[in-house]
Amino acid sequence: MLNPKQGARRAWRQTLLAWALLAPALLLLTTFTLYPALSTLWQSVMSTPSGQQPTQFVGTRHFAQMLADPVFRQVMRNNLLYALVSIPASIALALLMALLMNARIPGRALARMAYFTPTVLPLVAAANIWLFFYTPGYGLLDQFMHGLGLPGRNWLGEPATALWAVTVVAVWKQAGFFMIFYLAALQNIPQHLIDAARIEGASAWQVFHRVTLPLIGPTTLFILINAVIGAFSLVDALFVLTNGGPDNSSNLLLYYIYQNAFQYWDTGYAAALTVVLIAILGLASWVQFASMGRRTHYQ
Amino acid sequence: MQRRDFLKASALPLFSASVLPSARAAQVIELPMYYPVAVGGPIAKILDGYAEQFHKANPDVVVKPIYTGSYQDTITKTLTALRSGGGSAPKMAVALAVDVFTLFDQGVLVSAEDLAGGDKGWLKSFYPAFLANSQVAGKTWSVPFQRSTPVLYWNKAAFKAVGLNPDKAPENWDEMRDMARRLTKLHNPVSPTDWGLQIPTSGFPYWLFQGLSIENGQARLASPDGKTTYFDAPETIGALDYLVKLSRTDKVMPEGIINWGTTPQDFFQHRCAMMWTTTGNLTNVKANAKFDFGVAMLPQHKRRGAPTGGGNLYVFNNTTEAERAAALRFIRWVTSPEMAADWGIQTGYVATSPAAWETPRLKEYVAGFPQAAVARDQLKYAEPELSTHDNQRVTKVFNDGLEAAITAQKTPAAALKEAQATAEGILRRYRNS
Repeated sequence: MLNPKQGARRAWRQTLLAWALLAPALLLLTTFTLYPALSTLWQSVMSTPSGQQPTQFVGTRHFAQMLADPVFRQVMRNNLLYALVSIPASIALALLMALLMNARIPGRALARMAYFTPTVLPLVAAANIWLFFYTPGYGLLDQFMHGLGLPGRNWLGEPATALWAVTVVAVWKQAGFFMIFYLAALQNIPQHLIDAARIEGASAWQVFHRVTLPLIGPTTLFILINAVIGAFSLVDALFVLTNGGPDNSSNLLLYYIYQNAFQYWDTGYAAALTVVLIAILGLASWVQFASMGRRTHYQ
Repeated sequence: MQRRDFLKASALPLFSASVLPSARAAQVIELPMYYPVAVGGPIAKILDGYAEQFHKANPDVVVKPIYTGSYQDTITKTLTALRSGGGSAPKMAVALAVDVFTLFDQGVLVSAEDLAGGDKGWLKSFYPAFLANSQVAGKTWSVPFQRSTPVLYWNKAAFKAVGLNPDKAPENWDEMRDMARRLTKLHNPVSPTDWGLQIPTSGFPYWLFQGLSIENGQARLASPDGKTTYFDAPETIGALDYLVKLSRTDKVMPEGIINWGTTPQDFFQHRCAMMWTTTGNLTNVKANAKFDFGVAMLPQHKRRGAPTGGGNLYVFNNTTEAERAAALRFIRWVTSPEMAADWGIQTGYVATSPAAWETPRLKEYVAGFPQAAVARDQLKYAEPELSTHDNQRVTKVFNDGLEAAITAQKTPAAALKEAQATAEGILRRYRNS
């Protein structure tokens, strides 16, 4: 029998242990997530200090400024278009490559490596190679077009194509990365489930649609979240390829934040834009977890 | 401090000579200097060499050049480092002459007058065109260093091939367009070059464009106090009209945004017969063009003209009195006629003072390579480059407008009127102070 004093001490010890175990994670989360997020929120309602004027509280002025900012609207439109195209494209491509690589084909290891190479390359280096592909006149793409008797194009220099030229690079870059996750998921599918489906007379498409796809659901969810985050945090390719131009036609949210923070030194407005970015990412994860959680088959 | 005390204490019994140098080493003034590389050529090697040479003559000062990317990156890194403070922040930097308002508004500069302690004669030794972008509130906030101005390069072999006089560059706008037409394959199948002309428009189209606007009679794109822009003046619109027509109507220049970085390459590869680009590329072109080429002033229209460009030396107010004196010593040394001549020859930048052009070395160089003097001769027609308060943002608005017209999203008039309205909105807050 424990006396009440001993019981209280034990409870206190357990609490202490719990806090001790939580402390590292708590410390890291506070330092690198919570504090920056709150600090950003604070800065977004404060004016940008300049040489003569110190910072002061401005309330929602930056958010009102955003609504009236045509570049902000264009950047959001671009980012939405980019997300709508790049996310399905890279997931579909990743799955296709994973299915191919999972099949028993000769030279499989080599092909896997080839598909994974873009992921290993630093994006800035890769984007510089693409910059050459896109060069009007003697770039690889134009030479190919000339070979087919088609006129060349100024891929990065025309508003109609600049954003899509960047999208292609980003999809090419991240599809290999997603492929690895799909490949791991595919290899975890028990062979007897597929064999059973075949014995029941299921066609290849039916096996894929009814057996494979549901079983790799958790992976798809994981990849989808990563792709959404990636779609709203693409920035490095823009530094190399277009600088957001021409006339903001390939400008995306994070690059616009960079421009405001480090080119215009408008830290208040940049903070307000960052709050929008955080809200989008938070919302996206919430929607995905809530809606797909039910339909995803965890094993 | 602690470490030195420890050394002293441990060395005291020996009364060592080793203590003295270490104590003296602590008195050496270190000046970290951020700098960009904006043209081809071994800029980093040359600057490191200068720092070493200066240190040999001035053992008490060590200038530490730190490469910080493009001009854009350099200003970003400089302001970030100055804001966070600390020992690693730069004491000096080479930054765009036009960023003077940005740095001034951030309150980080020391004026050249304060540095020189009243010696005004020294500043008068520079070309006035190069000093024009340095003046704010009656003082000079930077010293001309790697200055440039755009010029026209032409491929003499291509001119000859289409029956043009290879030694004569276009004199005016009409001539440039007509010559470019003969040098464009589309209009003249025997032309060895695809296009007659390339005026690069990527990244910072405003700069070369200002050449056109000056020639069309709009000398400045902003008022000297940096508070009013003239983006929608009829002359500015007319200049953009001419530029857009070169590619869209006359079809003597590629459509869309023309890349700044690949244009010299296009010139070497016979993709264009004439190009506008900075004199800073002169050494690069001299080394890489496999044909005879000429360098000319930009063609005139209502008048002759070109903007100045390039970077100046800035000293920051995180410096002590001793550091300021040391920085001044370095600046006066590196901009002295002999050094300015050397810098000009090694890079293609325009030597910044008339005295530099009188040095035997530069005279000899010009005699053997007369193309080098074109930029200098053009200086008397030069106008200060676009520079305003909140310069990066205002310039971006203008660039966006130019790009919208160049890519045929908007007419020149509509694009520039919009840019002017946006710039007005940004600059309004600077007018009351």
